[in-house]
Amino acid sequence: MKVWISSKEKKPMGLDQSPNARHSLQSRIPKNCHHWTLTRSEFPAVASSSKTAVNRRPNPRRPPTAYCCREISRLAPPNSPPDPASLVVAIPDSQTRPGARTLEEIQKKVTMGLVDSSGDLSGEMEVDAFRRLFPLRYYERHLAESIRPDGRTLGMARDTTLALGAVSSADGSALTKIGSTTMLAAIKMEVMTPSAESPDEGCIAIEFHMPPICSPIVRPGRPAEAAVVESKRLSDTILRYGRMESLDVQPRTIWLVFCSSGMINLKELALVSGKAAWMAYLDIYCLDADGALFDAALLSAVAAFSHLQIPVVSLNDKGKIVAFTEEGDTVGKLEKEAVNKEKRKLTLGNIPFSLTCALHKKHILADPSSEEESIMETLVTVVMDSSDRLVSFYKPGGALAYTSLVTDCVRLTRQRMKELEKILDEAFSGMEVD
Amino acid sequence: METDRKDGRTPNQLRPLKCSRNILHRAHGSASWSQGETKVLAAVYGPKAGTKKNEDPEKACIEVIWKPKTGQIGKAEKECEMIMKKTIQSICLLTINPNTTTSVIVQVVNDDGALLPCAINAACAALVDAGIPLKHLAVAICCCVAEEGSVVLDPTKLEEQQMRGFAYLVFPNSALSALPEGSYLVNGEPLEHGIITSVTHGVMSVDEYLKCVDRGRAACAKLSGFLRNSLQKSQFPSDTSSKAA
Repeated sequence: MKVWISSKEKKPMGLDQSPNARHSLQSRIPKNCHHWTLTRSEFPAVASSSKTAVNRRPNPRRPPTAYCCREISRLAPPNSPPDPASLVVAIPDSQTRPGARTLEEIQKKVTMGLVDSSGDLSGEMEVDAFRRLFPLRYYERHLAESIRPDGRTLGMARDTTLALGAVSSADGSALTKIGSTTMLAAIKMEVMTPSAESPDEGCIAIEFHMPPICSPIVRPGRPAEAAVVESKRLSDTILRYGRMESLDVQPRTIWLVFCSSGMINLKELALVSGKAAWMAYLDIYCLDADGALFDAALLSAVAAFSHLQIPVVSLNDKGKIVAFTEEGDTVGKLEKEAVNKEKRKLTLGNIPFSLTCALHKKHILADPSSEEESIMETLVTVVMDSSDRLVSFYKPGGALAYTSLVTDCVRLTRQRMKELEKILDEAFSGMEVD
Repeated sequence: METDRKDGRTPNQLRPLKCSRNILHRAHGSASWSQGETKVLAAVYGPKAGTKKNEDPEKACIEVIWKPKTGQIGKAEKECEMIMKKTIQSICLLTINPNTTTSVIVQVVNDDGALLPCAINAACAALVDAGIPLKHLAVAICCCVAEEGSVVLDPTKLEEQQMRGFAYLVFPNSALSALPEGSYLVNGEPLEHGIITSVTHGVMSVDEYLKCVDRGRAACAKLSGFLRNSLQKSQFPSDTSSKAA
């Protein structure tokens, strides 16, 4: 999370400004960072005695941005441990804050932290503040050692778990977690009349939802822009273009496109040629958005399709498809034969797997979390299928990518594909046992 | 093996290009770009004061509005807006005018294949016309992969639908520098070989994709020459259109 301490017109996020200088200093501290370090000379308003500080307003010529960021940066270059003597912890009036420790305690903690560390990230109490204020520098210092703050190496993805059948009322469902990113996919089937151009084919409608539970930036009402884009990209990936004979069909109407060798053969969704076919509604809900949304969504969609059990139906007397029910009476039983008793599961063709990488200077970080995604502006998503073909190389803007980078990302995706195939197989064999 | 194209072009041949600047007088910058029958009109308004809600106020913000030729704005338009926004953000110098918004409005006049690259080219020309500070220009091209694996440049809509897969690629424009060649190499490759944006549809092998990238780079070198010529034309409105075949 970035704390933007902006110019005077905009209020800093989540912090309130009050005219009282004493409280305004306290309120500018991010909520879970209890201590602050400032040098006495740089911040005379606070360092002076409390009675003169009460009504003193910040110097109007010096905007509030100066107080927090600049003071920390002027302390010492990050590589050398700051001289403990020059650090003064300025908590103007210790009795106003019930949880405040005394000055001596805090200074002891600072010096202990400084002595313990190798001089790289000095002092436990500065780490949190440093991470909030200078996220890029914080990350760069980790990347120099080829490691990330959560302990992963650069090419390692987060722990992935897959649970099939999470929604019992749906015909197929899956719950996927990559690290903290959680996606719930569910498929419902409905019978519909196929279109005239493709009487032997069913239809799939894919929708990606980002409810407000997933992220603080998503609010109810307007769908997040990311949701719309991910929805379209998922449908592009799962239902690939086939050969189109008719010119009238717009390439944008994904639903009507039939795919020849994609993951799903729409012809399997047909029931009665020209009269009835299946319409599968795939809904993916993002329950926790913590980076790499497309990866998790694609994995959950693939798992849901693998788990899908097409409901058994039969034709009733009027020629309509109804759900097949096993009833006791034998009078009407002879006419009611299940139309699709044999065909209950979809055969999946080449399954696509994806990996999102964040690029920063020379480093490639596989499977970034949302913090990493917000700091590093360049993201690449590579989708490959199980027959080692490139389904999508998606890089919207960002820093320039050279050929070596393309090959590195593809290599990382191949590695990830093997891991994901294993996870999918395990989830399946676990389910079949039941 | 040369694939016979319906309009008689060779696989490496682009359609006739046409670029006009300063066509809308109320906009701060405007340009129209056409490749064959595909034509896109772009207008730039900005910088305006203030940024949007979730944007960083310490940088300039770019807003893209994509208007299709017919119909309402749907998911495809939103995706194009997002791709264009990220592409333009990576070529603009965002720290020069912080806390401002620059709007780029793209109007599709006709869609005959390679629509997104055409729009990116038009937007880039419009940004230059408006005087927005840029690091370098962005040049976009569409490459498709035919069934047998050969690469075809700048397809029409019909060709796009019939090909196995296609890729929209955006590269920086090639620099015209006084220094000798080979002095500005990054990782052993010149600056204009870097990919700014890549969007692919359909399936292709990794080698075919790299072949597309190579062809795309060569074509973009030609396109950036054309762009430079057309933008260097004089400021007088009567002389702001240029053509190339």
